[in-house]
Amino acid sequence: MATVIIPALLRKFTDGIDRVDVAGGTIREVVRNLGTRFPGIIDQLIEHDELKPSVAVSIDGEMATGGVLERVGEDSEVHFIPAIGGGT
Amino acid sequence: MAEATTNGKYKVIGTRPIRHDGADKVTGRAKYGADYTFPGMLHGKVLRSPHAHAIIKSINFDKALKLPGVKAIVTSKDLPSVANKLEQAGEMAINPHHLSMNILAHDRVLYDGHAIAAVAAINGHIAEEAVRLIEVEYEVLPPVMTVDVAMKPGATILHKDLRNQEDGDKQTNVAQHYQFKRGDVAAGFKAADYVVEREFKTAMVHQGYIEPHNAVGIYSSDGTATIYCSTQGAFEVRSFSAQVLGMPVGKIRVVPAEIGGGFGGKTTVYLEPLSVLLSKKTGAPVKLVMSRAEVLRASGPTSGSQIKVKMGATKDGKLVAAEIWMAYEAGAFPGSPVGAGAMCIITPYKVENFLIDAYDVVVNRPKTAAYRAPGATNAAFASETVIDELAEKCGIDPIDFRIKNGVKEGDAQTVGPPFKRIGFIQTCEAIKNSPHYKSKLTGKNRGRGVASGFWFNAGMNSSATVNIHADGTASVVTGSPDIGGSRASMAMITAEVLGLSANDVRPVTADTDSIGHTDVTGGSRVTFATGMAVYEAAQDAVKQMIERASKVWEKKPDEVEFRDGKFFAKGNGVPPMSIKDLAPRFSRTGGPITGRASVNGRGVGPGFATTCVDVEVDPETGKVQILRCTIAQDAGKAIHPSYVEGQMQGGTAQGLGWGLNEEYFYDEKGILRNVGLLDYRMPTCLDLPMIETCVVEEANPGHPLGVRGVGEVSIVPPPAALANAIYRAVGVRMLETPMSPPKVLKAVLKHGGSAQHSAAAD
Repeated sequence: MATVIIPALLRKFTDGIDRVDVAGGTIREVVRNLGTRFPGIIDQLIEHDELKPSVAVSIDGEMATGGVLERVGEDSEVHFIPAIGGGT
Repeated sequence: MAEATTNGKYKVIGTRPIRHDGADKVTGRAKYGADYTFPGMLHGKVLRSPHAHAIIKSINFDKALKLPGVKAIVTSKDLPSVANKLEQAGEMAINPHHLSMNILAHDRVLYDGHAIAAVAAINGHIAEEAVRLIEVEYEVLPPVMTVDVAMKPGATILHKDLRNQEDGDKQTNVAQHYQFKRGDVAAGFKAADYVVEREFKTAMVHQGYIEPHNAVGIYSSDGTATIYCSTQGAFEVRSFSAQVLGMPVGKIRVVPAEIGGGFGGKTTVYLEPLSVLLSKKTGAPVKLVMSRAEVLRASGPTSGSQIKVKMGATKDGKLVAAEIWMAYEAGAFPGSPVGAGAMCIITPYKVENFLIDAYDVVVNRPKTAAYRAPGATNAAFASETVIDELAEKCGIDPIDFRIKNGVKEGDAQTVGPPFKRIGFIQTCEAIKNSPHYKSKLTGKNRGRGVASGFWFNAGMNSSATVNIHADGTASVVTGSPDIGGSRASMAMITAEVLGLSANDVRPVTADTDSIGHTDVTGGSRVTFATGMAVYEAAQDAVKQMIERASKVWEKKPDEVEFRDGKFFAKGNGVPPMSIKDLAPRFSRTGGPITGRASVNGRGVGPGFATTCVDVEVDPETGKVQILRCTIAQDAGKAIHPSYVEGQMQGGTAQGLGWGLNEEYFYDEKGILRNVGLLDYRMPTCLDLPMIETCVVEEANPGHPLGVRGVGEVSIVPPPAALANAIYRAVGVRMLETPMSPPKVLKAVLKHGGSAQHSAAAD
């Protein structure tokens, strides 16, 4: 299972847990399974079946560009992080 | 002239050919946005708010409309209602409602210079006169100019509908709270032998691009529009304008003109939607060009900020804890770069225990836009000053302290994921080994400071086509406006793959209908991502040409090799064929050769820089003279070393100006008082020494040529390096930018009068 690192401000949805093992072959499945265990977190990450514009995801140290369709490996480490604000 | 590359692997990459656009630029032939003119073209001017914060009670433009020569006037009533939520627009996220309110104020003005109405007339003088005739009735409100005032309970609220994720339905000026946390901060500080806690302020500053914003809009009776403008991102202008105007993206074509500087400030829209709106209303092309005062009052500077940093280290120099609070001015609408600042502030260092709270705060100032490594310079001014102080307490050389604590491959970033191959330590070592750092600085009131900086760099989408011409030369077409010499780099990458010279490749920047989607020239991404697309497009052209050569030789494609610009048939002794030999046979072997590629740039390699600066402080006046400055930066691979060095020097110059003199100066009513370049004091050549450069090349494993991107991180260290140098010169820690003569003098006097520090004695 992939290890998901929970951002600090979303730990209120996970009883303070900062990392959790979650099954799923894609970000969509990972978030869905995360939401099953921690209701409320899905709305913080997903909107209209896509990552919210304010959310970015890193898988195994690489910024993922495929949104919810991004593949997640069995031993992947997944970080949800703020999309860089203020433009580039 | 091209010179031999120092890297034997390449023939073109690493050389320094003259830029392809150079002749047109130095002879004045290059066409900038304001140079465009069309038959029947009208000229537009914008009415701007004289108040920082006011309700618009009424707008009466009857008199203005009656002025002979005036053709149309638009206000926010001419704009469609759009969604008030963050939406994806291309690769960037925007709130269309906020963007619309910034283009033309809706029911209230939120900063001095906020656009209220726009006029189109037969010439600029009449348009200006018409602007003066528009009557606006205001109810003036108290201005909220700084984050501390904006965050106070009971503060005047800018947006009645603004809410954040933590305060429920409470009205607020805090648009967003970010938090990053790791380890046990209390335990970390308990383990520390030294703790330094400081509060910092940085002033709002402008990018200072020389060319003002401009746009020509042409709305056609078939419902399409064309915009000619100075922009870092033609596709962003298209999507943002479509959002604001309620037009389909496909109905708008954006033609990027030559650009006279942007540095992040030309990644959004101001005049572009207005030009289309006025053109639609008049049936004629409409051109708008900002004055310098309009640029300063009403484009997008970067945030002023307040930052508190507390850091602890053991006496052997190991950083063990950090606690940071930071609040950035977003300007009139949410979206400061505070999130990015928070994600950069201690990223160069391994810190096991930290808590970072960051707040995006709206104030009655212009909506901020990107500025080179947005958010990171403010952050580094604070953290790198504290790092310097900790190094001093530990009795460790400040460069050695950074090397001891610096991140390497495998170390976690502030946001969590581990770094891949990076070159931070190498930038520190390059400075340590530089002639500058090894030199002895002598003389009174002189000091040397160092600081480091981090920036993510970006990937995003890019497209490229490579066309092989009948004479065997090529053109490379991209959608990346060239703001820093990228055309030369694109030509060089194409030439490297095709085995041509850089001069045999003509680089072209195309409009939004002539190339696949290409995101903004920003985030240090063009040489990385567009370069990747160009590399792949050139490879695609080579693949196609191998097939053609195999046809000519009646061989299978895998029996043909391409190397050093020539095709070789395996095994039959046939003389090799150059692209020039093959090109005339394209039409008989299948038609023209066009290589294509579109990429969503993965494998981004972050950037690090370390800067060393020597200063002399006049303790009688507070003036800081920069004596010497050296920057070391990891480029990954320098495609055109001169332009890499140019980026390093340019960013450093801007960082030095930010540190020493630049600031938005508002009066108590929130009116900007320094609206010209005489009073908004950017550095000139008389203020700066020749900036020395050390290009570190720690190849980015995520790019076929090792490129990281170099456009931004150089701006991050200079203000902190200056503060640290001033400390060593006169013994005062400067905690506020700009470190201008009055502020330095005040600090020196507070410290005990005319300090007479001897650098040699330190």
